[in-house]
Amino acid sequence: MPRTDRIAEPWGSRTPYGPGETWPTRVDQYLADGLTEDDVDRWVQSASILHSNGDGLDIAVTDGRIVGVRGRAVDRVNHGRLGPKDLFGWQANNSPDRLTRPLVRRDGELVETDWDTAMDAVAGRCRELLQEQGPSAISFYTTGQLFLEEYYTLGLIAHGGIGTNHVDGNTRLCTATAAAALKETFGCDGQPGSYTDVDSADVIALYGHNMAETQTVLWTRVLDRLAGPNPPQVVCVDPRETPVARAATVHLAPRPGTNVVLMNALLHEIIGNGWIDRDYVEAHSVGFDELERQVRAYTPEVAEEVCDVPAGQVREAARVIGSAQRLLSTALQGFYQSHQATAAAVQINNIHVLRGMLGRPGCGILQMNGQPTAQNTRECGADGDLPAFRNWSNDAHVQDLARVWNVDPMQIPHYSPPTHVMQQLRYMEEGSIRFLYVTATNPAVSLPELARIRSILAQDRLFLVVQDIFLSETAQLADVVLPAATWGEKTGTFTNVDRTVHLSEKAVDPPGEARPDLDILVDLARRLDLRDRDGAPLVKWSDPESAFEAWKECSRGRPCDYTGLSYDKLRGGSGVQWPCDDEHPDGTERIYVDGQFWARPDQCESYGRDMVTGAPVEETEYRALNPTGRAVLKAAEYVPPHELPGQDFPFQLITGRTLYHFHTRTKTGRAPQLQDAAPEVWVEMSASDAADRGFVEGDLLDVSTPRGRVQAGLRISGIRPGVLFLPFHYGYWDTGSGSEPGTGEGRAANELTLTDWDPVSKQPIFKTAAAQVQRVAPADGPAPAPTTTGSAPVTGQVPPTTGGDDALAHELVGGQP
Amino acid sequence: MKLDLAIEELHRSENHLVTVLMSMSDKHKADHEVFHVCRDMAGWSRRHVVELARAGRDFGVDLDPEASEDPALLASVRQRASELVGRRSTPGLLLLADLRHLYREAAGVSLDWEILAQSAQGAKERELLDLARRCHPQSLRLARWANAHLKVASPQVIVGW
Repeated sequence: MPRTDRIAEPWGSRTPYGPGETWPTRVDQYLADGLTEDDVDRWVQSASILHSNGDGLDIAVTDGRIVGVRGRAVDRVNHGRLGPKDLFGWQANNSPDRLTRPLVRRDGELVETDWDTAMDAVAGRCRELLQEQGPSAISFYTTGQLFLEEYYTLGLIAHGGIGTNHVDGNTRLCTATAAAALKETFGCDGQPGSYTDVDSADVIALYGHNMAETQTVLWTRVLDRLAGPNPPQVVCVDPRETPVARAATVHLAPRPGTNVVLMNALLHEIIGNGWIDRDYVEAHSVGFDELERQVRAYTPEVAEEVCDVPAGQVREAARVIGSAQRLLSTALQGFYQSHQATAAAVQINNIHVLRGMLGRPGCGILQMNGQPTAQNTRECGADGDLPAFRNWSNDAHVQDLARVWNVDPMQIPHYSPPTHVMQQLRYMEEGSIRFLYVTATNPAVSLPELARIRSILAQDRLFLVVQDIFLSETAQLADVVLPAATWGEKTGTFTNVDRTVHLSEKAVDPPGEARPDLDILVDLARRLDLRDRDGAPLVKWSDPESAFEAWKECSRGRPCDYTGLSYDKLRGGSGVQWPCDDEHPDGTERIYVDGQFWARPDQCESYGRDMVTGAPVEETEYRALNPTGRAVLKAAEYVPPHELPGQDFPFQLITGRTLYHFHTRTKTGRAPQLQDAAPEVWVEMSASDAADRGFVEGDLLDVSTPRGRVQAGLRISGIRPGVLFLPFHYGYWDTGSGSEPGTGEGRAANELTLTDWDPVSKQPIFKTAAAQVQRVAPADGPAPAPTTTGSAPVTGQVPPTTGGDDALAHELVGGQP
Repeated sequence: MKLDLAIEELHRSENHLVTVLMSMSDKHKADHEVFHVCRDMAGWSRRHVVELARAGRDFGVDLDPEASEDPALLASVRQRASELVGRRSTPGLLLLADLRHLYREAAGVSLDWEILAQSAQGAKERELLDLARRCHPQSLRLARWANAHLKVASPQVIVGW
């Protein structure tokens, strides 16, 4: 059976295929410690949790321990394939430093305690503050890595029980703009694309989306198309020379913070050359005249001046996109975490509406997610939105939700948009939020301007609860730490970006006293004695399947209708795409067929926002603009970034991710193959910038902004001149200095980023800080950056990244291994 | 014909709006969205001042195309003060007062544009009407932002600790 070093070859072997054909199956498998399939006691169905692609997989269990994984050949998402993080990341579950007992702070130290003591402390402080100040004192910050059932329960507790408006998820950092952009154009969240669009597209445009590293299996699908007959053309917008850029027909590398200008120039060309479907635009959209007027001034020459992309390249990209017969577009952090995030992402939707390329094979938009269960954070209301895409500013929606929950509508906060995490932090800073409950995320590494974040989280007047599986940087600052079970140790469902719902079953018991997040939340609701309007317990379930059944009722008749799904239906086969109801019992692959949107005023999730100020559009305005629920072509003017490079800080700093790590490395840093592939932070700079300063590969640099400093080894890469790149994964838990830099230099990229966010999606900006660099020490070897990815070296003799024998995984083309 | 007076008045009120927005931005530096969005919106008014100065020439008024702004020192003092009191809750009330003030200023400017647009139509001054059509929506957006942000901020300021 063939084995491949999947660190050296992250995408594995090619299985070429042509347009309209089915993507061949290739089953990937990795078992630890030289075990073979004969040693495996049982295989337990699940899906991947260390990225957002939603690859179906089975967990191998031997002697009550997870020992490996295998891709599910029948799954519609991956056809058996797995990425390096799936193959190796599960090992973190077995890590000896898992949290196994609750901790409480006593005399400044976190000490072990029992569940009763810990939970009474949490519920007690919460009740105290509710009495003293009310729900405005309480906030919740969750993740994109729990399960649907947990999010729905959390949203119910926070919104329906406690009645606070301060609810958000770290999806604010990864997919808030995806949701916002979809709401602006289509009135509602929900992806107008399917992964099978890769199979038939003739043009694939990736906007700020390094798919090769963030969704390796989806990129494998693209690579297989590129290796087959009649391959698609690829358009890439990215300031770095990523694997996507290297495969692209046209690669545009704009100056950070100028995406709106570039997009408007593309639209200028597409409209100017008449590459639009006028009948579709007239029948199914509003706002064309305003869009046409807005982009008139944005010629390719203007784009050349502002974005520093040759006008000829802009024209070429517009021609490729404008002449596509089947256009698939995807977007991610290069747009979402950059300046004017939503305004730029919306223009991608506009291209599809103008070209009438929606709801047909090959014609999709994937406003991507960054995390495995981010879609559920959004759907279930754990990001602060109301569940099942209900509109907080539509009284009928709030009343309907109050009926489902059996609470007074006034109990559900809907007088203003939910308080996003950056605003929550502001309220903690000024002292009006005094209780923060964090589940499965690590803001002390992942949020911008870390010195400020630490100073807020460490305040005595803030009661911080952290529910996690490791003692993260954030957990170290907590008053109470609750040890949670993770993927493989609990059952639940989650949904990926193309609306595919997977069931993930419990394979093994959690370590020590760790408990599933759902159990902890239900326990909290019980201790807070949260009740519905008839005095019955508010949370009426205690196991995942009943939570799922309750969620189904909440989703009934809404765009993300789950009523046709059940655990039984999800068992055995592949994932199922929502909406799934009586009419569509097998799910729905394509939405927005024939220009039918969920955008009617009484139906839509949002009336939209102002693209510059972020002010919500009022219901009356929306009714006048879009009475029949068409797609909204939203125009946006360019506003320069808020921090521009100057004499003292001549570079633009962008942060980002690498293929081998996820988030703040809590799991991937504990998987040896992944950790060894990218063991330490590095900084990327272009060859010309390095030559100007006499820097060489591996030099130790001090990178600084007005907010902090980070030391990192220099990788001279294909990044555009004037720009620096730092991966954001590296914090302090494995440095010996705890939750902060300590006496040494900073390591976390977010020491440097600025506190600023897109006024529309409230997503923080990680891609436009002004920075400078100095050499601290000469190189004693190449930078610790992978060579297989966007950080590939362009100079010097850098040995290639490999994983050796420990990274050999099975690959079987055509079926089961 | 008093079009020159209407232009002059609008030039004055847009100019004033720049200082209102910038001083509000500086005063609330610790409130990041207020800080940045006010600065972005001040950019609109600065451009309106340029365009009004240009239009003024056709009607015999000599107007400064550059918006007059408070001295940089005053701005940095305000920003520093905001950072110093950023850990207290009193700036919240100040923010509500400032939003209320901004809303009224923006509404006033919007009415000035209304007057100019109506007069331009009456006088069949096409270019002036186009100018009003370009600029007026932005003062309305500004007022809407002030209103919307007041809705967001007030519950926490009033009901919060």
